[in-house]
Amino acid sequence: MSSLSSFDIIGPIMVGPSSSHTAGAARLGKVAMSIAGGNFKKVIFYLHGSFAKTYRGHGTDRALVAGVLGMETYDDRLKYSLDIAKEKGIEIEFVESDLGDVHPNTVKIVFYKEDGTKFEVVGSSIGGGNIIITEINGDKVEFTGDYPTLIVKQKDVKGMISSVTAILASQNINIATMRVTRRAKGKEALMIIETDAEISEYVLKVIEKVENIISAKAINPVK
Amino acid sequence: MYNTGLELMELANSKKCKIYEIVIENEVELQGLSREEIILKMKKALEVMKSSAQEALDKEIKSVSGLIGGDAKRFEDYRKNGNTLCGDTVVKAMARALSCSEVNAAMGRIVAAPTAGSCGILPAALITAGEKLNKTEDEIVNALFTASGIGQIIAKNATVSGAEGGCQAECGAAAAMAAAAIVEMAGGTPEMCLNAASIALKNIMGLVCDPIAGLVEAPCAKRNASGVVNALISSELALAGIKSIIPFDEVVEAMYRVGKALPEALRETALGGIAATPTGIKLRKQVLGE
Repeated sequence: MSSLSSFDIIGPIMVGPSSSHTAGAARLGKVAMSIAGGNFKKVIFYLHGSFAKTYRGHGTDRALVAGVLGMETYDDRLKYSLDIAKEKGIEIEFVESDLGDVHPNTVKIVFYKEDGTKFEVVGSSIGGGNIIITEINGDKVEFTGDYPTLIVKQKDVKGMISSVTAILASQNINIATMRVTRRAKGKEALMIIETDAEISEYVLKVIEKVENIISAKAINPVK
Repeated sequence: MYNTGLELMELANSKKCKIYEIVIENEVELQGLSREEIILKMKKALEVMKSSAQEALDKEIKSVSGLIGGDAKRFEDYRKNGNTLCGDTVVKAMARALSCSEVNAAMGRIVAAPTAGSCGILPAALITAGEKLNKTEDEIVNALFTASGIGQIIAKNATVSGAEGGCQAECGAAAAMAAAAIVEMAGGTPEMCLNAASIALKNIMGLVCDPIAGLVEAPCAKRNASGVVNALISSELALAGIKSIIPFDEVVEAMYRVGKALPEALRETALGGIAATPTGIKLRKQVLGE
């Protein structure tokens, strides 16, 4: 880390017992939920490596569920998240699995939405409560949730990047990092843009109106 | 910005101020917040520290796995009986460290300092030393900034992760941070602060991370209790004017090299140390239902 804050050392304020297995797990759940959007009736967590081996003792299960319910890492209710999910009628399942050559603390979260669709997010807890999202619905991505993040799905045609970045510039939003991937030439492509300022609903609407943009989503930082 | 202990000390010396002033100044620049906002943020951390250092003294708390719990209260009750060998300050600090660790293991709210596994050392050290030295809350908050400055340097040039550097990196860093902070709070110079931090790190250099069943419970809670004692005695040595023969930055580098040299079995994998003893294995099977 190049700019380590005092509060990276003394912090986070969190529900124990482990910054990677509890706080990081809660953040993974929360970021995944903001990507998937609400309105889900069932969530399956596929736990890999150390997550699979120790999730009960570290409360990783409760932390992940707390996260998808929108709780913060320091929320006292985190401990009771499994019961809270039940009260809300959300079905929860944990599956110990092998997700391949990934970080030992990795989870695949599959949301089953009320409209019958599925939404998959893969992410890892990389230590000290820090996380990284690595896959969204099969598309490889890489972002941390520390910054406001714009996720745009578009057709792989020319001019898409410049139209989106022009909109951001016109709204006075500076880009911190940017990554573009595509499934195949001319098919679907994905832009992950981390910014220094929050992305409003209005900005999303403007981006969505651009021809060949399939969807635009913003995740505001989850600390 | 400071990248080494030497830089931090020289900055404080050249500005004729305390280490915490340099750390706060750096934080203001880094976060783009006002000095008041930064201090308020640290005050919030201190509040959580205080409550986690007290909670398990008043009532018995059991960890999620059931492996640990109740020792903080047991130890506090023992202290109240008044026949302690080490004296009230040391024993009270140990009880507070146990309390934080037990609260953490029971999924209560704590402040990672620098990690959740080592969350008892800094609060127990500063609250207890603050009490003994009649310091105000603002002075303890300042000491937390001194501590985080030391922690920043260790994290930057070595590691504070048990998986990377063993327990010496977590409980060692916490004790070094606490030792330096106590020294500054007690009126010591920046040089004395670095001496205290060096001594604390050297005292437990090589300590492995071997949690039973991979859980942040045993031996973590008791290592927090011993870690706070390490912080107290290291600050005491430094306050008496005793120097570390090896400079702080070199000690940090040595700690990092030792951590790297530790086999993986002794870095938070629960495959070595006390986790791999017959009883450790039996408890793992029991707790994880293997």
